Amino acid sequence: MPDPGTEVRTVPGALPDDPAGPPAPAERLEGRLEALRREGRAALVAYGVAGFPDLEGSLAAFRAMAEAGADVLEVGPPYSDPLIDGPVIQRAVTAALDAGTRMDDVLGLVNELTASVDAPVVLLVYYNLVAHRGPKRFAAELAAAGACGAVVPDLPPEEAGEWLEASRAAGIAPVFLAAPTSSDTRLAAVAEAGRGFVYAQASLGVTGLRASLAAGIEELVGRVRAHTDLPVCAGIGVSNADQAAAVARFADGAIVGTALVRRLADAGLPGLRALTTELADAVHTARPSGR
Amino acid sequence: MSDRLVVEAPGPGAAEVAHRPDPLGHFGDWGGRFVPEVLMAALDQLTDAFEEAIADPSFGAELDALRRDYAGRPTPLFPARRLSEELGLRVWLKREDLLHTGAHKLNNSLGQHLLARRMGKPRVIAETGAGQHGVATATVAALLGQECVVYMGEEDTRRQHLNVVRMRLLGTEVRPVATGTATLKDAINEALRDWVESVGSTHYSIGSVVGPHPYPLMVREFQRVIGDEARAQFLEAEGRLPDLAVACVGGGSNAAGLFAAFVDDEPVRLVGVEAGGRGPQPGDHGASLGLGEAGVLHGARSYVLQDPDGQVLPTHSVSAGLDYPGVGPEHAFWKDAGRVTYESAPDHLALDGFRLLARTEGLLPALEPAHAIGWLAAAASDGRVAPGTRVVLNLSGRGDKDVETVTSLLVDDETPADPADA
Repeated sequence: MPDPGTEVRTVPGALPDDPAGPPAPAERLEGRLEALRREGRAALVAYGVAGFPDLEGSLAAFRAMAEAGADVLEVGPPYSDPLIDGPVIQRAVTAALDAGTRMDDVLGLVNELTASVDAPVVLLVYYNLVAHRGPKRFAAELAAAGACGAVVPDLPPEEAGEWLEASRAAGIAPVFLAAPTSSDTRLAAVAEAGRGFVYAQASLGVTGLRASLAAGIEELVGRVRAHTDLPVCAGIGVSNADQAAAVARFADGAIVGTALVRRLADAGLPGLRALTTELADAVHTARPSGR
Repeated sequence: MSDRLVVEAPGPGAAEVAHRPDPLGHFGDWGGRFVPEVLMAALDQLTDAFEEAIADPSFGAELDALRRDYAGRPTPLFPARRLSEELGLRVWLKREDLLHTGAHKLNNSLGQHLLARRMGKPRVIAETGAGQHGVATATVAALLGQECVVYMGEEDTRRQHLNVVRMRLLGTEVRPVATGTATLKDAINEALRDWVESVGSTHYSIGSVVGPHPYPLMVREFQRVIGDEARAQFLEAEGRLPDLAVACVGGGSNAAGLFAAFVDDEPVRLVGVEAGGRGPQPGDHGASLGLGEAGVLHGARSYVLQDPDGQVLPTHSVSAGLDYPGVGPEHAFWKDAGRVTYESAPDHLALDGFRLLARTEGLLPALEPAHAIGWLAAAASDGRVAPGTRVVLNLSGRGDKDVETVTSLLVDDETPADPADA
């Protein structure tokens, strides 16, 4: 086996056995983010829980967010032990599980979603769901469903050998987190292993709303950029349009989760659509060079 | 990270049984570090601090002094004569129930809180199931003047109310956890969430041999004083090794501490007893090793009770301390290596064990080790343990905390606790 990290970086997007085929899903994700970067704009990465408020409702929610200007959709399969999520997302996840959402349902949802929206879709999935299904099978199923990649928040590069191999074989992007506590050595490893984008953790702590953006997030994005040309998107604690715009000034994307999940729970699709529009406008016009 | 730590003189079988995990905390295929990136630096820091401390004679001297003068070590190895007569065995009890705070958990807390101080972290958080680790944490935090928060499942705060009161009296803030199944698993999730936010100033003291590296290794090393003492005490008393060592297994720290000293002694049979609960149906027990599958929970790969999608299942046990869907990765390794056999005892057998030890020896065991006693009694009666077998059983805690639970269950069981009530 070639080293999973270096193979991917030296021949971006190319599958070893299919160099002339259609672009790999990972390439589509990177291409979208890089095109926005060339336009001088940042991306809005919008998260939702698959199966919340129910399966059909979550499909409609993802479509609504795409229509309202989200550039990348992040689909979270519900998991029994979401340890990096705060109370809002925990409640949505619990509701989705109580409603009987299974991984097959989530893959079906991704399949329908990718058939009907242009925005690249990535998953935010805890590793036990991947490990139990089998990394190879799961990566292949994601690619077949049209997903471009997956963020696995509890999988650091050290433990990712099997997942990297499976992702590469399926052509999907393994997205890793960079944290304010990461040393430069660790950031280098995160940058080396990942594809699609690097997920910079904007604040210490779990997903949830914060009164203000954490100090130091711009510095972290800068530190990540020293190690990679991959797009860098920032999330966790990006709570409103002002904060998203602030992030969009220095990052390639702002990732918003809790605020959208809460709005969907409180105000349904119309409310979700309105907030997504507001966030997308803020992100897309944050830089002077933007539209 | 260095390899200088705890490499024992190899004994029989050493080639098959790892004494320490690889530098990333893998015991064979098990263990490792499956945590958010934000915690990786703290785990590196903890690993370095632990290895430096273990190599530092002044750390060992301070820990030994606290074990002796504060905790009450060494604990006795007690020949349980009437129990032995009744079972047709020769049973010695390792009396961790006599340790200060009433359970083995204090061994681990002393070590981890000294490490927290060494790392300059003034705040310690912990999870607790039965409340024993919470009480040990609160106790040592008070002793060392550390700020302390303990997360405890709401369900557990009810069934172990006495321990909640004890923790609060010791100056610890107890935060009930209502999410998920509101038991130990969810208390760990909540403690990890706290730690993700507070990692700069806070040490997370995990109470068992679970979690990401270095916890399984570190907690085993802080608990192996149980096994080291028991082995020496047995040799002193009998001039030979026991035939069998038995301990209950939830996360597995008291068992790991006992087994660590005997794992190289090939002829010594090692048995871990898990919670059989109400029966083998999903959700009715806590037998991760017996009935679980490989998975990743709370930062390590081990056996996990989970559904076909990989969702972690609820568990049930009469004892809060064994009510956990995972288990320490080294136990998974020992199971696969065939070095330790893992059995289970259902709730009713644990209650039998509780009554048996109370009646024969005047000792109320915690419901956790009552599983080991119940299993041993059943195994002695059906021949799985031969007559005359020399047994060391880890009496990992005392049963005061469980008296109310046991009383209510015995009444439910239509076995009157007091003949006068019949």
